[in-house]
Amino acid sequence: MRSDYAVVGKRIPKLDAPDKVTGRTTYADDLKMSGLLAGAIKRSPYPHARILSVDASAAEAVPGVYAVVHAGNVTQRPFGYGHDNIPLKDRVVRCVGDEVAAVAAVDAATAQSALDLISVEYELLPAVDDPFEALQPGAPRIHDELDIEGNVSMEWNFQTGDLAEAERRSAVIVSGSYSSPQAAPAPIETHVVIAGFDADGHLEVISPVHMVFMYRKELADCLGLDWRRVTVRQPPVGGSFGGKIDIDAHDFIAVMLARAAGRPVKLAMSREEEFTGTRTRQPIHFRLRTGAAADGTLQFRHAEVVSDNGAYNAWGSHALLVAMNTVTSMYRVGTSRLAAKVVYTNKNYGGSVRGFGNPQATFAVEQQMEELADALGMDPMDLRLKNANRPGDVTPQGLEITSCGLSECLETVRRKSGWDQRRGRMRSQHRGLGAAAYVHVGGGARIYGSDGCGAMIKIDDSGRVALISGSSELGQGSETALAMIVAETLGVPLEAVSVSHDDTDVKPWDVGVHASRTTFVAGNAARMAAAKARDELLEAAAEVLDRPARSLTIRDGVISVPGEPTATLRYEKAVRRRLLREGSSIIMTSAFYDPPTQRQDENHIGNISASYGFGAHVAEVEVDPDTGMVRVLGLWAAHDVGRAINPMSCEGQIEGGAVMGVGLALSEELPVEDGRFPAPNLHDYGMPTAMDAPPIDVTLIETADELGPFGAKGIGEGGIILPPAAIANAVADAVGVRPRSYPIRPWRLRRWIETGERSHVDKHPHPVPDENAR
Amino acid sequence: MRISITVNGDPVVRPVDPSDTLLSVLRGQLHLIGTKWGCLTGDCGACTVIVDGRSVVSCLQTVGQIDGAEITTIEGIAGRGRMMNDLQEAFVTHGAAQCGFCTPGMVVAAEQLLRDGVEPDGAAIREGLAGNLCRCTGYSKIIDAVLSVALARME
Repeated sequence: MRSDYAVVGKRIPKLDAPDKVTGRTTYADDLKMSGLLAGAIKRSPYPHARILSVDASAAEAVPGVYAVVHAGNVTQRPFGYGHDNIPLKDRVVRCVGDEVAAVAAVDAATAQSALDLISVEYELLPAVDDPFEALQPGAPRIHDELDIEGNVSMEWNFQTGDLAEAERRSAVIVSGSYSSPQAAPAPIETHVVIAGFDADGHLEVISPVHMVFMYRKELADCLGLDWRRVTVRQPPVGGSFGGKIDIDAHDFIAVMLARAAGRPVKLAMSREEEFTGTRTRQPIHFRLRTGAAADGTLQFRHAEVVSDNGAYNAWGSHALLVAMNTVTSMYRVGTSRLAAKVVYTNKNYGGSVRGFGNPQATFAVEQQMEELADALGMDPMDLRLKNANRPGDVTPQGLEITSCGLSECLETVRRKSGWDQRRGRMRSQHRGLGAAAYVHVGGGARIYGSDGCGAMIKIDDSGRVALISGSSELGQGSETALAMIVAETLGVPLEAVSVSHDDTDVKPWDVGVHASRTTFVAGNAARMAAAKARDELLEAAAEVLDRPARSLTIRDGVISVPGEPTATLRYEKAVRRRLLREGSSIIMTSAFYDPPTQRQDENHIGNISASYGFGAHVAEVEVDPDTGMVRVLGLWAAHDVGRAINPMSCEGQIEGGAVMGVGLALSEELPVEDGRFPAPNLHDYGMPTAMDAPPIDVTLIETADELGPFGAKGIGEGGIILPPAAIANAVADAVGVRPRSYPIRPWRLRRWIETGERSHVDKHPHPVPDENAR
Repeated sequence: MRISITVNGDPVVRPVDPSDTLLSVLRGQLHLIGTKWGCLTGDCGACTVIVDGRSVVSCLQTVGQIDGAEITTIEGIAGRGRMMNDLQEAFVTHGAAQCGFCTPGMVVAAEQLLRDGVEPDGAAIREGLAGNLCRCTGYSKIIDAVLSVALARME
């Protein structure tokens, strides 16, 4: 693999880091506008109720109030997948936090006091917060306006192969149920949106959302705006983790308030609203069976799944898309079946939080790998390696595995953790090791007509290279990675490159930041635009140097002729020679990259991503058997990143994701009591602190993906997928009981230790002739 | 009431409601917007500033109680005429900032921890920064950055 790059592969500090460490970066809440009003939202205190009346007259009379909006005085259309949601609820509220009315006033205190004067009359309806109860006949109907049965919002079904035959081939079948909690992305910056119309009626929205073009369309569709007259600007984002992908009701409400008030309005979510009124990670319940032949060859996987959607369909309703990939395509499993129901409940609803269904699915799939191995008397790493996906595989869903470092990832964490010497041998100290591995999209994910991203490059007379990318920077370091890709492709110093990506009027179209796609898709677009700019630079230089362009090279900003040390030209000079003459031109290029992938068909078959990322973790835990307290002593992480454009940023993604995963595994959840979150705050939520975060040993495995920019694949989500599964497996190794749900909080583990929760293994389920146990 | 405080070395005299929070005075009145807020309940630490040599979450600190205090915010950490101090430079070179929203509070808390003479030891630094949540980094690179400065300042 090439390693003589000038920029790619170097540990480069993020370009935006100096401003961030000095407090100079301005986020949405730091922005001001002339005449800016403060908005506030009145939310439902009930999980399910009919709205009988809204009386806003007292609020409207408060001095300093500019606008009060509710369903009775605005024009709005439904939004969300299947149009099951509306910004200001008009008839029924379906979860605590549902938006009923809103106020814009001169300041936040006035807005809040006016809000308290809005009187809403409700008729309480029976509510259901458990998806299994919601499925029962006679359960309260959460969307009686929709033609659906049993509160089932959608179903996901897939099957391939002959399940009965695969069961007959299996020497061992393990079965079990595995559940995950409602959790939150919980960025430190809450959602803040500013909306204002100019005097000509053009709408500007400042929002940390990172699917800006879809956001613009949805705003316009719902509010009846001409979307050519809507500009979305994205300030630096104070963390998202998927929470800021979806458009939320408050986004529409900010625009409604600005329209009604005739002044710009800022809506800043409180921390409580961030938990109750913005998107969460949906609980997914798996009933899973996996079968293997006596030699460990996987025979089948069979999943019955219930996803607890919450009250409406946001992107979270599609998390099954990724969960299904894991069930059918993690390891060579062949015969697989999945039947999933996405079920409405009267709770805050699910979005597309980092990992998007994969941590939940991997928790089930990877625990069963270790349960199977134990039942077969095999080492779990050997079982994984035996069944590992390999380059050239096509999975049952049609995922085309190209670059694949899964085996190398497994071998790396096995070696580094001392797996062979230590697993299964530390129970007397209540310590254990557990592993898990993943497959995840790494080359975009075609969930929309286009999975493309545009890029434009201009080089000005100073030599400044400006990349204008369709993608967004959320803190993950994509801006720096894109600048590195451009600098490497053009052959100019990194400090000459700037990246802009914050304005829909300026930047080219992009689906948005999701599915670990930015480095791959936006990176390829940037690379293509930079390659064109390089060609133009060399042509300009060819005229000056009087040599054919194809004979020239450029590195570090110097254009030269190999073998002729005196024939050199700085690239800025080549730009100026083109510009400062009659018949002048400047260097300005563009490209649009759409990965060569397919949208999955109605049978969920299709190569959704241009490449796939893989990784493996081993976790080491120590359990206090008296209290049930689990401490993660260490985490070894190896990830196939294709090529690390910026190794420091790759590590940052993996370490940060892994600690979010440790939070999922051990502490983070939003339990519901009487239809509400009793403690929607950061004190009780259970986000890991520096003391809870284990030391993490990261190894980057480079497999040089054929289609990735310089071989890179996505890594934004990889880190978070594995800790729940790896830690559960480590707990099983330490104390011999099998966690069936996470977070593995002390009182739950203590109960499992008392009740002796074990694996459900069916050995020799059928009389198996030897020849079938290959 | 009128308070008289020193903020980043500058004298500040302001009429305030004593129950105003230091955060609202810093951000709303003095336009020192480098200090962020993430919860307003003292749980996240994003609004950490130094008050008379102690790390304080400014969202819970009422200004009525700190008349005469000396306050340092992220804007004043490096000292006059300097863009960054050694700790801020270490945050940059170690990759300790991602989205950057917790970073001002984290830098301020770490600076005070160093001034208090924290042991140059990962566990001690983790304990000292446990009041500052970071959702992006997993803390590893923050701890590395602070540790490197703790060691360098001992020399």
